[in-house]
Amino acid sequence: MIAFVVRRLLQSILVMLAVGFIAFSLFNYVGDPINNMVGQDTTLEQRQELRERLGLDDPFVVQYGRFLVNAVQGDFGLSYRHRRPVAELIAERVPATLELSLVAAFLALFIGVPMGVYTGLHRRGVISQLFLTVSLVGISLPTFLIGILLILVFGVMSQDINAALGFTLVPQLPTFGRGETVQLGWWSTGFLTKSGLLALILPSVTLALFQMTLIMRLVRSEMLEVLRTDYIKFARARGLTNRAVNFGHALKNTLVPVITITGLQLGSIIAFALITERVFQWPGMGLLFLQAITEVDIPVMASYLMLMGFFFVLINLIVDLLYYVVDPRLRADKAVAAGHQ
Amino acid sequence: MFLQEGWTMKRGLVAAAMAVGLLSAGALPGADKAEAKPFKWAFQGDVQTLDPHGLFETFTLGFQLNFYEGLVSRAADLELEPGLAVSWENVEPTVWRFKLRQGVTFHNGNSFNADDVIFSVDRINTEGSDMKVIAGLIKEAVKVDDYTVDLVTDQPNPILPLQLEIFMIMDKEWSEEHSTTQATNVKGDDQGNYANLNANGTGPFMVVERQPDVRTVLKPNPNWWGEAKSNITEATFTPIGQDATRVAALISGDVDMAYPVPVQDWKRLEDASGVSPLTGAEARTIFLGFDQDRDELLYSNIKGKNPFKDQRVREAFYQAIDMEAIKAKIMRGASTPSNLMIAPQVNGFNAALNDRLPYDVEKAKALLTEAGYPDGFEVTMDCPNDRYVNDERICQAVASMLARIGVKVDLLAQTKSKYFAKVLAQNGYDTSFFLLGWTPSTFDAHNVIYSLMTCRVDGKGAFNLGGYCNERVTELSDLIQVETDQEKRQALIDEANKIHSDEIGHIPLHQQPLSWGVSDGVTVAQRADNQFHLRHVTVK
Repeated sequence: MIAFVVRRLLQSILVMLAVGFIAFSLFNYVGDPINNMVGQDTTLEQRQELRERLGLDDPFVVQYGRFLVNAVQGDFGLSYRHRRPVAELIAERVPATLELSLVAAFLALFIGVPMGVYTGLHRRGVISQLFLTVSLVGISLPTFLIGILLILVFGVMSQDINAALGFTLVPQLPTFGRGETVQLGWWSTGFLTKSGLLALILPSVTLALFQMTLIMRLVRSEMLEVLRTDYIKFARARGLTNRAVNFGHALKNTLVPVITITGLQLGSIIAFALITERVFQWPGMGLLFLQAITEVDIPVMASYLMLMGFFFVLINLIVDLLYYVVDPRLRADKAVAAGHQ
Repeated sequence: MFLQEGWTMKRGLVAAAMAVGLLSAGALPGADKAEAKPFKWAFQGDVQTLDPHGLFETFTLGFQLNFYEGLVSRAADLELEPGLAVSWENVEPTVWRFKLRQGVTFHNGNSFNADDVIFSVDRINTEGSDMKVIAGLIKEAVKVDDYTVDLVTDQPNPILPLQLEIFMIMDKEWSEEHSTTQATNVKGDDQGNYANLNANGTGPFMVVERQPDVRTVLKPNPNWWGEAKSNITEATFTPIGQDATRVAALISGDVDMAYPVPVQDWKRLEDASGVSPLTGAEARTIFLGFDQDRDELLYSNIKGKNPFKDQRVREAFYQAIDMEAIKAKIMRGASTPSNLMIAPQVNGFNAALNDRLPYDVEKAKALLTEAGYPDGFEVTMDCPNDRYVNDERICQAVASMLARIGVKVDLLAQTKSKYFAKVLAQNGYDTSFFLLGWTPSTFDAHNVIYSLMTCRVDGKGAFNLGGYCNERVTELSDLIQVETDQEKRQALIDEANKIHSDEIGHIPLHQQPLSWGVSDGVTVAQRADNQFHLRHVTVK
């Protein structure tokens, strides 16, 4: 078990090295950072001098090597745009992204799973059909469009709608930023203030919608599958309550694929939060990365990409470990089953 | 469709007229100061640094001018006015003497005097400084007494004061105390430079909170030397990158002012209640340029010769472009077509030289035929797509207009980082035909002539991407630089501009519009350089 974890962590180093290598080989094609770092009247000599100081004329392998040598010493360089250490910038942004992603993942799971169970059990119900139809929207609309639609409804049109109706049907919600945050050590949290919580609503719903519908559809099809099996029929024959059959036996057996997908999706929630962050001006890592791309801020881009590589490996590792918890057969494979054979 | 365009144009004019009205109302002393209010605004990006010597960029400098000040200042209409210096004179051809304002204090209470000016001149010479352009103008700063400073130049510089608004003065003692005596450096040992995230100026506002990319909060400076016209109690700045989100924040009332607003969103702001677009002419001139330097174009089907070396071809291009159509269809009637490379607000502008050649497709075709290209030719055009107002759409329009005279334009529109990396000097001016924009940072014609029109020798003409070269223009540039007699100087500027437009060195297109959105009841001053200063803001 420990060997397994260590092996995976070693693999993550390889993944990060590969990501870094590919990233640096691509940086030649994203444009020239110098022009974004100086004013128009800066002379050609001064521009060239700056380029040399930053080592931008070196071949990408040399630049990558230099980045790695500094990175293992904990120095990820200085952001061209912010003129501050990249590690400091990322540490500042991690809380915003993680809070948003976790809330979105939480929403997706705790709304998606019950909806999936419900639609699985009442296949032809009106509400099930409604859920399925609405979920098509979640699956087919791109995230940024959903975000902008939500901003339109809850930011721009809400006043007019409420004024026309004479009562508050659509609440006015914050459409950008994180609201007030509270500093807990180095972690800044929006969970502890009213404006912070309100600001979370639109971006987290935007980010959760796709995952929610995905999970719902997955749970539904798994439920349909499981409900047909013999052991469910036996359970019913034994006179167990519907509740015990549906949740104790059926749902539990659908969980392995659900955990796999949710875990992988958590990775993509964090990685793809950048689109939601951009739309809602959410000051997380994704926004930092997108700005870094427009300004060709190489140290930030490199660090972000490698960090994301690490996140993905880590999440996959956690998912693999969760299998052991959920599926007794896996534990049995190693310990007991071997003895029986 | 046409009717609607006309209607929008009218609304645009009304808005512009209102802006002028608001502007003058805001200028009245004590206008509606009875009730003080907080104010929130948004821009598409964050200020890159609080260090006033870190980056020579319009938005950053404009933001910093809320809390730092230069020796001279500019009013909302860009007229020069006293700042930290009360008066200045050219005591010798190469010496400008500045009398400093007495009794001024920095936000931390330290007093301002000549030592701070000398210190700041030294600071803009340090490695990380992007103010070396200004540093290059000043050979030496000499303290005459505590409130008199001489700035010595290498050669006579008649427009030095015009160039100094953005040279902001820092407090020597404060900088030494926080070891930030060098400009914030992108590469170096001064990581976490104090002045990058903290500010201590003399200006009308003070920074009370700074969270990069999240918010920056400013409060009025109660000890400011000037007469405060603004009634705001607190100003909160938020960068909002996405256009749609920024416009929505303005309409929903989350911010009181936002810019830039996409030109195509003006109608939305007009239709929404409580907000309106605020537009005016920016001092940025957008123009096209040609490679006139190489003997064969890099990107064309004509081999062995360069069609752009022939003035008739350049003239044909000029006359094939229908600026009125671009103005009406792409710029919503808000651009100012131009024949000069400088805007009316720029020192040296002469309206007599600003009439464009007529739009005339037949003439253009005839010129092309005469030049030996009756069937036109193919050329690749480089264009940024996120740098100027509707830049890519202008290029598309130009391409389709040139198609009418048989010129097939292959448009390469890309993001500014890639565009500039391709066409600028460091890549050997890798372009045949391009669109570029320019605002002279000095608001003087010499900057434009020197950067865009002189032959590319000795670091001159660095942004003359097409290599237009006329010895006389280069010579005039040198003369203009040192001519102190304003009348003679204007004659020299006119001569350079005339030669350049007669030879079609570039094709000036227009001055692009400023595009801000403002809530009702908020009065702001819109500067032609797209800078926004809090000291002109009042909130009802």
